[in-house]
Amino acid sequence: MTPSKDVARTAAAFEYAPAPESNSIATIRPHVGLFIDGDFRDGSGRAFKTINPATEEVLSEVSEATEVDIDRAVKAARAAQRRWARLTGAERSKFLFRLARIIQERAREIAVLESIDNGKPIKESRDVDIPTAAAHFFYYAGWADKLEYSGHGPTPRPIGVCAAVIPWNFPFLMLAWKIAPALATGNTVVLKPAETTPLTALLFAEICQQADLPPGVVNIVTGAAATGAELVSHPGIDKIAFTGSTVVGRQIAKSVAGTDKSVTLELGGKAANIVFDDAPIDQAIEGIINGIFFNQGHVCCAGSRLLVQESVFEEVIDRLKRRMAILRVGDPLDKNTDIGAINSKSQLDKITELTESGLAEGADSWSPECTLPAKGYWFAPTVFTGVSQANRIAREEIFGPVLSVLTFRTPKEAVEKANNTPYGLSAGVWTEKGSRSLWMASQLRAGVVWSNTFNRFDPASPFGGYKESGYGREGGRHGLTAYLAPTHFTTSGSR
Amino acid sequence: MTRLSVNKTYKLYINGQFPRSESGRSYPVTDAKGDFLANASWASRKDARDAVKAARAAFPDWSGRTAYNRSQVIYRIAEVLESRRGQFEDEIRSQEGAAASLARKAVDAAIDRLVWYAGWSDKLPQVLGGANPVAGPYFNQSTPEPSGVIAVIAPKGPLLGLVSVIAPVITSGNTCVAIASEPHPLSAITLGEVMATSDLPAGVVNLLTGPQVELAPWLASHMDVNGIDLTGVRDADLAISLEQAAAENLKRVRRSGVEDLFSAPDLDRMTTYLEIKTVWHPMGL
Repeated sequence: MTPSKDVARTAAAFEYAPAPESNSIATIRPHVGLFIDGDFRDGSGRAFKTINPATEEVLSEVSEATEVDIDRAVKAARAAQRRWARLTGAERSKFLFRLARIIQERAREIAVLESIDNGKPIKESRDVDIPTAAAHFFYYAGWADKLEYSGHGPTPRPIGVCAAVIPWNFPFLMLAWKIAPALATGNTVVLKPAETTPLTALLFAEICQQADLPPGVVNIVTGAAATGAELVSHPGIDKIAFTGSTVVGRQIAKSVAGTDKSVTLELGGKAANIVFDDAPIDQAIEGIINGIFFNQGHVCCAGSRLLVQESVFEEVIDRLKRRMAILRVGDPLDKNTDIGAINSKSQLDKITELTESGLAEGADSWSPECTLPAKGYWFAPTVFTGVSQANRIAREEIFGPVLSVLTFRTPKEAVEKANNTPYGLSAGVWTEKGSRSLWMASQLRAGVVWSNTFNRFDPASPFGGYKESGYGREGGRHGLTAYLAPTHFTTSGSR
Repeated sequence: MTRLSVNKTYKLYINGQFPRSESGRSYPVTDAKGDFLANASWASRKDARDAVKAARAAFPDWSGRTAYNRSQVIYRIAEVLESRRGQFEDEIRSQEGAAASLARKAVDAAIDRLVWYAGWSDKLPQVLGGANPVAGPYFNQSTPEPSGVIAVIAPKGPLLGLVSVIAPVITSGNTCVAIASEPHPLSAITLGEVMATSDLPAGVVNLLTGPQVELAPWLASHMDVNGIDLTGVRDADLAISLEQAAAENLKRVRRSGVEDLFSAPDLDRMTTYLEIKTVWHPMGL
C-alpha cells in the first residue's frame, strides 16, 4: 500500500459531524472605545475594524489611540501608580485573586470571543489560553505580598508605569503574562493589544471594572503599529514589555537608548525539534504535530525545524504524514477543529510567500488533502523535506502551519544545526536515553527546552529567549525581575 | 655609572598572548603630573575583532567547565594578584598620583573582589535557578547560563574598575573583551600578565588599550558579541550610539551610571549576562 492511499483511508475513517460551540455567549458590541482611567472613551484617531478571520465578517469597530489618548492613559497610569504602590501587598494580592476568579467565571465567554477574533480553535482557547491566563493571575496574586522573599533584596520597589505591547497570536494570555506580574509588583499598565485582536483585551477592561480595580491601574489603548510606537516612546513610560517580532523588538531596543526605560523583549524563534532514533515514537509524532500545528503555528516557540536522525527519517516522515492527514482544518468554533484560521490576510500572504520560496529553493512540500473553507484565511498543514540549512524556510520564522525537516547523524551534529540560528527561544529533544537528553538540554542555546514534550506553558515556569529571541523572562519568580526597579546605582538621577 | 633600566613594552592581551596592535600604533601614557610613563598600544578594529574571535573560541570550554573549576581559577587570579601587589601599588601611584594608602586600599579591594566573585560561580545556579512547581506531571527546572561573549568598557582607573567589570562576567562562564581605561592602560596589561599566569584559559579575558571612542563602537556593533557593559562610558552621546548599535543583534546592555566601586556590588553585574534556561520533562511510569 502506498503511503498516500493509506493516508486517504485513514482520513476517511475519521468523519465527524460538526460540533460548533455557540457564539451567542460572547457579546460583541458594534463599537468599542479605549479604556482609560477606568472608563471607556472614544479615541481621537480613525476607528478601525476588527474582523473574524474565519469568515472575513466585520466584528466590531475599534477606536484608534493617538498621541493625546496615549498621553492621557500614561498620566492616568502615573496618578494611579502612586496609590497602587502604596496599597499593602496583601490588598494588591486580593485584587489579583479577584481578577483571576472573574476570568475563571467568564472563561467560556472569553474563549469564544478569542476564537472569533483570532481564528484559533475553541479547544485551544478553552483548554489552554484562558485557563492559563487565569492561572497567571492566580500565581502572581500570591507574590504581591511576598516580594521580599523573591530574591530581589529586602525592599523591592516597582518601576512605575509599564507599557505592554502584545501580539495577536495569544491575545488574552499575553495580556495576562504582562499585567499580572506588573500589578503584583506595584506597577500600573498601559496595554496595547494587537490591531487584529483587540476584543478580549477590551473584555478584560470590563473585568477590571467588575473587580473594582482602581481606575488607571490598567489602561487599554487600541491601534496599529503607530499607536504602539507612540506608547513605547512616551517619556512617562518607565518600563516596556514587548512580545512580537524581532524587527520591532530591535527598534524598541534602539529607541530606549539614552533613556532610563527598562525593557523586556520576547521575540521570534526558529526552534529545533530534535528526534533521535531511540525516541518514544508515538509521543514524538504527537509532539511534532503539537509543536508546529498548535495555534496554526502562530507560536514564537513553535517547533518549526524538525531535526530527525537519519536512521529513522523515513519512519518518522511516514507516520507524521499519516497523523497530518487526520488533522481537521476549519471552523474555529467547532470543538473538533485542530487547525483554525490564519489570523489575517497579511499573515497568510507571508506564509504563502515563504512556502513558495521553499519550493523555489528546491525543497519538497507535502500537505494532506483537505478542503479549506471558501471564505476566510486558511492554510493547509504543510511539511517540507529535502530542506537545507541555507533555505529561507529553515532560517526565517514562518509563523504558520509549515514544518521544515532536516536530518542529522550524531548528537553533536544535531546540536550544531539546532544552534545555527540567530534565535534561541525554545527547543525540543526526543530520546529515551536520560543522559543524552540532559546533555542535549545543556548544549542547546535556548531559553526553554522541552524533553519528550513540547509547547508546555505554566505560570510558575520562566519563559524567554537567548540571543535575538529577546531578553528577560516571563513567568515564575524570574518574571518578577522585569517589574522591579534595579538597585545598583548609588546616586540619584541615574536611578 | 648607574645602570640603565630595562623598560617594559606594554602590548595588548589577546588570546592568552601579548601582541602589539596590528596597526603599529601606540599612544603615550603620562603620570598624574603629565610626565611620560610609557607607550601603550593603540588597538585597532582588527585587534578588536581578533579579540572577539578569541573570546568566542574560548567560550565553549570555559562555559563548559564545572563551576567549581571556574571558581578555583578566579581565586587563583586573586592569589597571583596578591603576590604581585607591590607592583600594582607602584603603578597606581605613578599613574594616578595616588597616596600610598589609597593605592593599597584599591589593590586590597581588587583582590577581595576577585575572591568574592570566585565564590559566586557555584552559587549562581542555586541562587538564581531552581525547581518550578508546574501544574502537571513534569520535572521542570530553571538554571542560569552565560550569555556568551561580553564586551566591557572599564571605568576610569588603573585596577579596581577593570577587575570590577571583568570578574562578574567571567565567573558565570562568559568570555570577554575589555577596553581598559584610556588614561590608565598600564595596570590593565599588568593584570593581563597576572591572568596569563593564573590558569585562566587563553581567550577568556582579552584586553584592549586605546581610545574608547574609537574602539567601543566596533564592539557594540559586532554581531558575534552577546552583551555589552557601558560602565566606563561617560560621554552621554557615545553611550546612546553604543546602545543603539548594540540593539542590532539585541545585545544585553548594562548602562553606565555613577557607582562607588569600593562599595559591595549588586548582582546585576552578573545577572545582566545570564540567560535562564528552563527544561521540562514528563514524569510517568
